[in-house]
Amino acid sequence: MNESWQTAEIPGPKKASLIVKPEIADAIIRRAKRPILIVGHGILEYDVEGKKLIDCLIALARKGNIPVVVTASTNREFLSRDFKPAAIMPAVDISNRLTDPVWKGLDGKDPYDLAIFVGLPYAMESTLLSGLKHFAPGVKTMTLDCLYQPNASWSFPNSTIKDWAESLKGIVSNLGD
Amino acid sequence: MSKNGVNIRIQDLKTDGAHLRDLNITIGSVLRDTWEEKQGPTPFPSLTTLRSWDKRLLNRYKPFYMPFCDLCCLCTYGKCDLTGKKRGACGISMPAQQSRTVLISACIGAATHTSHSRELLTYLTEKFGRDHPINFGDVGIEVEAPITRLVCGIKPTNLGDLESVLDYCESQITQLLAVTHTGQEGNNLDFESKIFHAGMIDHVGMEVADIAQISSLNFPRADPEAALVDLGLGTVDLEKPVILVIGHNVPPAASIIDYLRDNGLVSAIEVTGICCTAIDMTRYSSKAKIIGPISWQLRYIRSGVPDVIVIDEQCVRTDTLEEAALIHTPLIATSEKNCLGLVDRTEDSVEDIVEGFVSGTVTGALILDPEKVGAVAVRTAQALSPKRKKKGTIPSKEQLVEFAKKCTQCMLCRRACPNDLPLPQAIKAAAGGNLSGLDEIYDDCLGCGRCEPACAQKIPVHSLIVSAADKKTREDTYCLRTGRGPIRDVEIRKVGGPIVLGEIPGVVAFVGCANYPKGSREVAEMCMEFAKRRYIVCTSGCSAMSAGMFRNEEGKTAYEQYSGAFEAGGIVNVGSCVANSHIAGAAIKIASVFAKRPLRGNYEEIADYVYNRVGAVGVAWGAMSQKAVAIAAGFWRLGIPVVVGPHGTKYRRMLLGRADREEDWYVHDARTGDKVYVGPVPEHLFFAAETKEEAMVMIAKLTMRPNDTSKGRANKLAHYIDLHKRLVGGIPADVSLFVRTRADIPLTMKDEIERHLAGQNWTERPIPDPTLLPRMIHKRV
Repeated sequence: MNESWQTAEIPGPKKASLIVKPEIADAIIRRAKRPILIVGHGILEYDVEGKKLIDCLIALARKGNIPVVVTASTNREFLSRDFKPAAIMPAVDISNRLTDPVWKGLDGKDPYDLAIFVGLPYAMESTLLSGLKHFAPGVKTMTLDCLYQPNASWSFPNSTIKDWAESLKGIVSNLGD
Repeated sequence: MSKNGVNIRIQDLKTDGAHLRDLNITIGSVLRDTWEEKQGPTPFPSLTTLRSWDKRLLNRYKPFYMPFCDLCCLCTYGKCDLTGKKRGACGISMPAQQSRTVLISACIGAATHTSHSRELLTYLTEKFGRDHPINFGDVGIEVEAPITRLVCGIKPTNLGDLESVLDYCESQITQLLAVTHTGQEGNNLDFESKIFHAGMIDHVGMEVADIAQISSLNFPRADPEAALVDLGLGTVDLEKPVILVIGHNVPPAASIIDYLRDNGLVSAIEVTGICCTAIDMTRYSSKAKIIGPISWQLRYIRSGVPDVIVIDEQCVRTDTLEEAALIHTPLIATSEKNCLGLVDRTEDSVEDIVEGFVSGTVTGALILDPEKVGAVAVRTAQALSPKRKKKGTIPSKEQLVEFAKKCTQCMLCRRACPNDLPLPQAIKAAAGGNLSGLDEIYDDCLGCGRCEPACAQKIPVHSLIVSAADKKTREDTYCLRTGRGPIRDVEIRKVGGPIVLGEIPGVVAFVGCANYPKGSREVAEMCMEFAKRRYIVCTSGCSAMSAGMFRNEEGKTAYEQYSGAFEAGGIVNVGSCVANSHIAGAAIKIASVFAKRPLRGNYEEIADYVYNRVGAVGVAWGAMSQKAVAIAAGFWRLGIPVVVGPHGTKYRRMLLGRADREEDWYVHDARTGDKVYVGPVPEHLFFAAETKEEAMVMIAKLTMRPNDTSKGRANKLAHYIDLHKRLVGGIPADVSLFVRTRADIPLTMKDEIERHLAGQNWTERPIPDPTLLPRMIHKRV
């Protein structure tokens, strides 16, 4: 269940807990005081039961009132859906800022306590999550990708698209409760 | 500069105070100095000489660590878990361990180039003599070794002079490697400073190699019209015997070409190459052909086309001997650094070695004499080609489908693929006769072959990909302008002003390996986009090949479409890996030749000039190797930012600026001594982009410098904003950080930028004469 997607990416002593059901992710998000969602270009490749993954993430951001940082050229797709991200930033840049304990966030209010990643290239996301695992003790991390990321605090196991889509739908739906 | 041994013998000397008899004094060397320029403050810098300069940069660009592994396993105390704030048994912290690992990589890279340089120099010195001049002919190059002059404070005039330069490099690399021993350095930023030092040494080593081979082997001498040479799998004449050379050190390949010339066989045999030896042999003979970057090794060998494979050093697949045996092609290893377990046949006769190869009793040999390699390779290819009939191991279409039917969809091939390519899906389709998925994967495949040992069904996955793309490989016919070497002083004088003032928006150098996230094509597209925008585009190594492996709508490659001159809109291939030194050299020459800053042993001042004024950016889109780290580090110390692709995060740390921290972006105004805010320019020193689009926007942003005139800043901003609008969407949120006065606003965007600034609390600010060095302030208190 908790094998890295890339076979050789053997995790270290500290590795991600599994999100085995949507309620876990839902509880993590609800518990967070200052979550942030970081969205990479990979989300444009996936459909969730006939809908684009991006639509699911917009619903998640709206229901959870989570600011969204878009990386690379993902911004256009959000704008075309009348959703204005909180910031457009490279993934390395936002990750670096999250390791700064005195950074007060994009709105200058308070540091974030939960960073949710989705849609970055697997290896790049893995290294960025490693950076946060080691150097951002105040920030928990979660990945919403369908592949297990051992360097996150929480991750889905390697999942089929169908199972993963069900889980995402569940998370969004639960947040509305 | 010249180095000579001196012996003094005193038989009998009587003075008032002493009586000396039979005294012999031997002095190893005396440097004969003929360079009139005054020696600068830091000739032959040691590990700490430039530490304060490094700290200035590192204070702005702090490492953002991304540990690739949570453990340290370098000594028998370990493995030590360094997670979070834990320390190892030796006391090392995770930040120090990460920087230490990067230093080890940089040392490997610097040692590799310097060792290559030493091997080449020894060969050329034996062949041409120590007095052979370093001379590029009558092409207007007075500063022929800018990095060596800057770092070492000497002006080499002949091959012999370069020996002492390499002595210095070797001593520094030894000390740097010693730093990484358990219980030496413990501070992460001191490790970082030493990484910069390794990079600087690497650039010296590279420069020595390339100026030595240009001077001795008649390579193009700063020629903007260097020959256009064939590039691609489809350029090889399959009717002829074919020799393949792989690696970086050109003497064996050159001797093959010499043998062909001497025996009237130039048009009878195809000499083809992969990686940097390929580029360098086309600098030696434009008849030679380049197959492609390092990732083309498996596909070309398995095609069965090469009748003989000659390997030298660096970036050669370590399973080449096994792959060669499968196509019944003998392999000749030519470097002490890469013997592959082969028997040393250097002293054997050419006839005996060829006979063993042709009869099939011997599959490979180590031959450490380049001249003998030339004779053996050619005669073997001639004799073996009719027997082998180019038989390879790529399956036919029918075999491909049969292999695909064995697939159990276990996904292990995809999980082994660095680019996470959808192999299971493509193989499933292939089992049903649809090869389009595999054909598409060919374009993005790195050629690493990791998918094959992962497959429990023993499906030769990589060969399936190559088979499906058979038509593409046959049509793989491009061209590349071979490496021209350095930039002429006259070119520097011409573009120095427009670059420093910002009117040429920047110099963008595409360098390095082929570990691309989405194939070669992205490099070609980026090169052409920036050339079209009138940046000066440089290329080298495998990236130079990738830049040529794409044709535009008119059917032209980048090198056919754009000039090879160091000018706005030029695409300048400097050459192989070691020719990267000419890109750094051009930046240095802008400071010395154009701006007349003292060059000799004056590293800090020149780097300060380059950092604040020369809008250069390096792009290593597929950086893979330790050499790439060293090359990048050499650019970092000069203040030149480097952008890598997403795989670049595996280098364990970035050097990122914080645009939101105003206090980080002050410089001294050299005219007044005031501290002036200049905005985050350049924002990062080492940055990994997620996509080509993100990279292009960042490249345009990173060319901005504090010294830009308003006209120049407006030009740079216009490109940054335009690329951002086109590739990301909208005006960049940080544009107000880069507009210093209203005159900086691009005319065509005036209204929308002014509207944007109005909402940002923006005010005008002065444009200083920028420096990070207090000693450069003219005003005396």
